[in-house]
Amino acid sequence: MKPRKLARAGIFAGAFLASLASASTALAQAKEQFFPVLVYRTGAYAPNGSQWANGYVDYLKLSNAKGGINGVRISFEECETAYATDRGVECYERLKGKNGGATVFQPLSTGVTFALTEKAPVDKIPLITAGYGRSESQNGAVFTWNFPLLGTYWVGADVAIQHIAKKEGGFGKLKGKKIALVYHDSPYGKEPIPVLQELGKTHGFEVQLLPVAHPGVEQKATWLQIRQQKPDYVLLWGWGVMNSTSLREAQSTGYPREKMIGVWWAGAEPDVKDVAEGAKGYSALTLQHGAEPNSKVVKDMLEQVYAKGQGTGPKDEVGQVLYMRGLLSAMLAVEGVRKAQERYGKGKVMSGEQVRWGLENLNLDQKTLDAMGFAGVMRPVQTSCLDHMGSSWVRVHTWNGKKWEFTSDWYQADEKTLRPMVMLASSKYAEEKKLKPRTPEECKK
Amino acid sequence: MGFFVETLIGGLMAGMLYSLVALGFVLIFKASGVFNFAQGAMVLFAALAMARFAVWIPGWLGIDNALLGNILAFLAAGGLMFAVAWVIERLVLRHLVNQEGATLLMATLGIAYILEGLGTSIFGSDIYKIDIGMPKDPVMILEGTFEGGLLINKEDFVAALIAAVLVGLLTLFFQKTSTGRALRAVADDHQAAQSIGIPLNRIWVIVWCVAGVVALVAGVIWGSKLGVQFSLATVALRALPVVILGGLTSVPGAILGGLIIGVGEKLSEVYLGPHIGGGIEIWFSYQLALVFLLFRPQGLFGEKIIDRV
Repeated sequence: MKPRKLARAGIFAGAFLASLASASTALAQAKEQFFPVLVYRTGAYAPNGSQWANGYVDYLKLSNAKGGINGVRISFEECETAYATDRGVECYERLKGKNGGATVFQPLSTGVTFALTEKAPVDKIPLITAGYGRSESQNGAVFTWNFPLLGTYWVGADVAIQHIAKKEGGFGKLKGKKIALVYHDSPYGKEPIPVLQELGKTHGFEVQLLPVAHPGVEQKATWLQIRQQKPDYVLLWGWGVMNSTSLREAQSTGYPREKMIGVWWAGAEPDVKDVAEGAKGYSALTLQHGAEPNSKVVKDMLEQVYAKGQGTGPKDEVGQVLYMRGLLSAMLAVEGVRKAQERYGKGKVMSGEQVRWGLENLNLDQKTLDAMGFAGVMRPVQTSCLDHMGSSWVRVHTWNGKKWEFTSDWYQADEKTLRPMVMLASSKYAEEKKLKPRTPEECKK
Repeated sequence: MGFFVETLIGGLMAGMLYSLVALGFVLIFKASGVFNFAQGAMVLFAALAMARFAVWIPGWLGIDNALLGNILAFLAAGGLMFAVAWVIERLVLRHLVNQEGATLLMATLGIAYILEGLGTSIFGSDIYKIDIGMPKDPVMILEGTFEGGLLINKEDFVAALIAAVLVGLLTLFFQKTSTGRALRAVADDHQAAQSIGIPLNRIWVIVWCVAGVVALVAGVIWGSKLGVQFSLATVALRALPVVILGGLTSVPGAILGGLIIGVGEKLSEVYLGPHIGGGIEIWFSYQLALVFLLFRPQGLFGEKIIDRV
């Protein structure tokens, strides 16, 4: 063979091999379900954000270790938002079309959720906001791509008042009481206000609003006001360093920690561990789970991920509250994909639109949850096209100076109060944005 | 009345800490004409070093005594801050002599980002504890004079006392020692100071070392109160309105400015905040400083600069 022909043959052979390789890569990519992971491992909220991110990423790794989602492997990529809305949106734009398209976004920020709520329908990518985001997005008829699974801030506010009523001996005893809300002065912190005011009118208690500016390290004036006004209870709606600062200020102004109840973002180890004995008696709501070091899913994680040196964060944080929150959030997304595969084809990669169907038809009963290792960690979740929340179970846990312990039975949000508020707020949103809500018939398609 | 006095005292105690950090800004500005935007990052870096050394050093040396561990950690963190000052002078300031003020300001912004990144890379981004035995529970005083008494936060009181002592020592250092006089000479006129044999580079290293010690003490106090975490860098920047108000070149201005801002922000939050939605103390302190500048553009005790053209 002449050298020229040899070269030509070589080029053809190379091209053939390259096409084979790219085809196999494409095949491999086609078999991977891509999960973008918006995290904040830097900045003021890093101690809390890192734990959530570790739990989230570890669960994706655990799913792969168990064979993926019906054989479909999970790929993921982190993007650092530093809890800043602009950076969250930038991450969304960067990752939404990557690796065949994003499965779902979970921004872990109410501010970013507000910003993405209008983008998600255009890009047809679901937003899971387990325990945060817009409370009215429970209404799937209007918020067709938002999934505030497990609970919203309105659920939190309602259950906090139920818990106070129980401690006081009934709702009738709330009349004339003063309940202060110390909140992060941001969309997140303002979310519970409408429900508290509504319940205040119904049960005759006064709501005192005390905003704290980001990041929440200066609260002297806030706690001086609490000392002056002497509220019967303080609800804490903080995040990151704001929570521990509130507890330190409560200690230094002598406000009893037993009268303080935090939302589920103000009830994790980073919030209390350095205050230690000073936070003893402080309670917080849980988004179903608390610290779950003895759960089966955590044991699986340690055996199948950490024992192989593939864990994302420190081993001793596995099972802590925010780690579990991240883990549960990832599990809900993975189960949404699994459900979608039941309809659109097992072992196939699902599009964002197909995953939305999966999330709208999620039905995790106790038997399934127990089999997955979540026995004692969470209760059943069942969503529908019109209900994107799926459940509203909440417990209360209390810091004993060393660890969190459950101190209440299960509560459920009062739908009679919340449903009309959700419908009203979501209708207003639909009107403002000129959206036509989906009908139950449209949901069946 | 009792509540007003309580708020006032709370403001004064917070203001004393602002004065301390503001002194860090003033010292560097006086000696080198640089507005050191990295002061907040230095507080974070110093506090991180102290918190981690307080765990690491007793571990390395097998020491059980917490006090000894804290003293060694403080000395080690101080040494580290001296090293940081030396590196900053060698690698940054020395090369920017006679450059525009804006260039130097941007350089300190760069230093701030490097220190924040380096600090969290070396020491981690978790929340760390500094336990120097500060009292956490409040005490009631003057119960006979005011109804219900006055609540004094013992931790804030001790912190304000430490800050006041350090502020006093720094003032003495500036006014009474030969190094202090050299610093003031450099601040007045770089070239004239050099012409009489004052080594500019050595003076800069000294002043950045002093700012490092100020950052360390502020970091230890705030770290003990809030836990050592990233937000400490932003807390230190709360002293910015203090230097606007007090004047960038005045030590008494930093002290008085700190107290005015401390009291102003607490009183505004408590008495004005509820009427306009609350959460106002951070921007109110800037507002206060800016309004003040309308009447005294050079700040409370700042030098009035008159350029003849």
